[in-house]
Amino acid sequence: MATDAYTAKEADVIHPETALGISNPKLGMWVFIGSECLFFGAMISTYLLYVGRTQDGPTPVSIFDIPFTSVSTFILLMSSLAMVLALAAVQAGDMRRFRIWILATALLGATFLSGQFYEFTIFVAEGMKVETSPFTSSFYMLTSFHGLHVAIGVLMLVALWATSMGGRIGPQNSEVVENIGLYWHFVDIVWILIFTVIYLIPVG
Amino acid sequence: MTAIADPTKAVARRPFFARPTATTGPWSWFTTVDHKKIGILYGVTAFTFFIVGGLEALLIRSQLVRPNGTILDENLYNQIFTMHGLTMIFFAVMPLSAAFFNYLLPLMIGARDVAFPRLNAFSYWVFLAAGLFLYSSILFEGMPDGGWFNYAPLNIIGPDPLSLAGAGPQIHQARMLYYSMGLQIAGIASLASAVNFIVTILNMRAPGMTLMRMPVFVWMTFVTSFLLLFAMPVIGIALWQLMLSVRWEVPFFDATNGGDPVLWQHMFWLFGHPEVYILILPAFGIVSEILPTFARKPIFGYAAMVFSGIAIGFMGWGVWAHHMFTVGLGPVANTAFALTTMFIAVPTGVKIFNWIGTLWGGQLRFKTPMLFGIGLVAMFTIGGLSGVTHAVVPHDTQQQDTYYVVAHFHYVLFGGAIMGLFGGVYYWWPKIFGWMLDDRLGKVHFWTMLVGFNLTFGPMHILGLNGMPRRIYRYDAGMGWDLWNLVSTVGAFLIAASILVFMRNVASSRRQKVPAGNDPWDARTVEWMTSSPPPPHNFDEVPVITSRDELWHRKYAGDDGEKVPVPAGASQDHGEHGGHEGHGIHMPDPSYFPLIVAAGMPIAAYGTFYEGPGMVILLAIGGAITLFGIFGWVLEPTAE
Repeated sequence: MATDAYTAKEADVIHPETALGISNPKLGMWVFIGSECLFFGAMISTYLLYVGRTQDGPTPVSIFDIPFTSVSTFILLMSSLAMVLALAAVQAGDMRRFRIWILATALLGATFLSGQFYEFTIFVAEGMKVETSPFTSSFYMLTSFHGLHVAIGVLMLVALWATSMGGRIGPQNSEVVENIGLYWHFVDIVWILIFTVIYLIPVG
Repeated sequence: MTAIADPTKAVARRPFFARPTATTGPWSWFTTVDHKKIGILYGVTAFTFFIVGGLEALLIRSQLVRPNGTILDENLYNQIFTMHGLTMIFFAVMPLSAAFFNYLLPLMIGARDVAFPRLNAFSYWVFLAAGLFLYSSILFEGMPDGGWFNYAPLNIIGPDPLSLAGAGPQIHQARMLYYSMGLQIAGIASLASAVNFIVTILNMRAPGMTLMRMPVFVWMTFVTSFLLLFAMPVIGIALWQLMLSVRWEVPFFDATNGGDPVLWQHMFWLFGHPEVYILILPAFGIVSEILPTFARKPIFGYAAMVFSGIAIGFMGWGVWAHHMFTVGLGPVANTAFALTTMFIAVPTGVKIFNWIGTLWGGQLRFKTPMLFGIGLVAMFTIGGLSGVTHAVVPHDTQQQDTYYVVAHFHYVLFGGAIMGLFGGVYYWWPKIFGWMLDDRLGKVHFWTMLVGFNLTFGPMHILGLNGMPRRIYRYDAGMGWDLWNLVSTVGAFLIAASILVFMRNVASSRRQKVPAGNDPWDARTVEWMTSSPPPPHNFDEVPVITSRDELWHRKYAGDDGEKVPVPAGASQDHGEHGGHEGHGIHMPDPSYFPLIVAAGMPIAAYGTFYEGPGMVILLAIGGAITLFGIFGWVLEPTAE
């Protein structure tokens, strides 16, 4: 890199270009997502280890309502589509469309969460408690931590919407939307993995 | 960030979440986001914890000095050795390394700060909160007592309840909650700093600072950060499982209800073995800076140094079950992990030979940092060799849970990490404070520590091979252990004396304040180009890097020893741009919010100790403080 060009640029723009050309927050989000892979990996491993250890409690085949969870999975995946559309809107500067899609994303996420909550109440009513067996413990831990991630995502989406009402989000700083979108898509992708491992692969 | 902004724009309005501005005075230490101040905070706090952990070690050695010691009972002894381990690993060595990362990393890559200055402050405050939380257990019903590995099922059922008069199970539960929540909080700090340092290294390098021109210390920081990034979530999950197990009787590790105690061991050591590289790689990096400077030669085999560090980082993930050879995983698993463990000695050996190659034929100057550097190479080699003996499964079966293991890991962690870190303290002290530490007292410190260290831990090899188990609070006379335990205790007090020499050195050198100048050691890397101590913005002019050992090449141009001194601090490439001397360089404002976000965490963690309303109230207060802090963090005017 030509040194004179670098210093000239540094003086011109508020944020100097970074060594990799990708902004710090975006790179930070990618690095954090790398860490999250191990976070969920540890819980998925625990689940796979304990899926057959049902003691006298319910077994996966007897308890899961696959059509219901498939619908809520579809809802969560659609929220990723809405997130993409929200990002496209804010990059194009169409703030009205952005607010619609960012709220739609949050709403779809919240719907997924209510579905999970409903599912848990049904399970508990059928005698599947956290401490029933290693299978139930690892199931609740994995899905609850995923739910917590979705809830934090919904909070961030709503905060994005509220901030955009104050006029502080626009095409000039659309990257914050992109970064939260990265997080949101990651949480979705993890759910695809969890849904496959827990619900679709028949065990027990 | 390194933005050069028009100062008139910054003071447009003062909204509700205004940022504090003071950069001097006591209060500024609570709001600082300057990586150098945070580095000093890390260093002072970690040294304090190091003293506390050292006093615990002296208690242990005093108890064991003679057969049937009476200073501690079994209950207290278990707490003391557990806290010694936890303190030294999580609150002394890791944050001491973090102190060097914080202070030096931006300076070494020619940056003005880390990528996320407030996240950096957040890491420190969370680390401090975790340490205070863990030690607050003294005020309640006793400290964690299950060892730093805290194996299941002991962590579930606890010790013999009769030894804890009265409310045994409740006391045990509280101790395990201090362990799980305290380490959980400390893990958040490590995770945040790992993200921060990785982004800083990848993104904030000065022009021309390619990856293969980075100092070896920066490379080791990079590898360590990745190890933290991937190891912390694993132990995080294990700690949540432990918390749920002790608090709500969730059967993760309860064999009577289908759980598997060995799962805890796998999770713990899948974190725990990368953790030992997290502890030693920073010291490796420090020594890789010290040896070339005092041998007046470039590091021997730079690329091999870097790639062996990366290889250790990768292979460190495939050796964890060598901590579990006696669990009964079967011959196939034991053989596989024995082989990987032997293989990981190869990149470590590459490093040892490269350090020797660096010294070979150099113009050696035996200043204090150099002595500590050589001390690491020698002592770590002993510990590394005894480590290879653990890789031999039948041999390891003999050594499991004996003092031989204690000797091994103190040779790598004290003889390795602590030696290297003290070398770093002596080496960079003049840069950080602007005055020199006394070399004569430093050498007294080194030799006392070296002799004391070998007296303490050398005999433990013999004790272990003679069958003395770890974690016993007393032993009978006539086992053949009396002499070496006595020697070991004498050595421990000699180490304590050496630390007193160090503190005395700091105090007396502070009175004399022998000015250091920019480059007291005739060093090689760019942190020595700026003033000592560096200005808040680090460099008046960001250096442009044209080679490894950039400063050396600026001082001594030409390959054949042709010396063309260039004044330190002046960049020959930037003469025409020089002269603004830091004016107009806008550094990030201080912030209250990292401290506030961190403060909520231990409060919420106390919530797990209670039932019903007490739990809800504490969780709500802690959560509200943290949430308020996060909102303030996001909404305050930002210059990052």
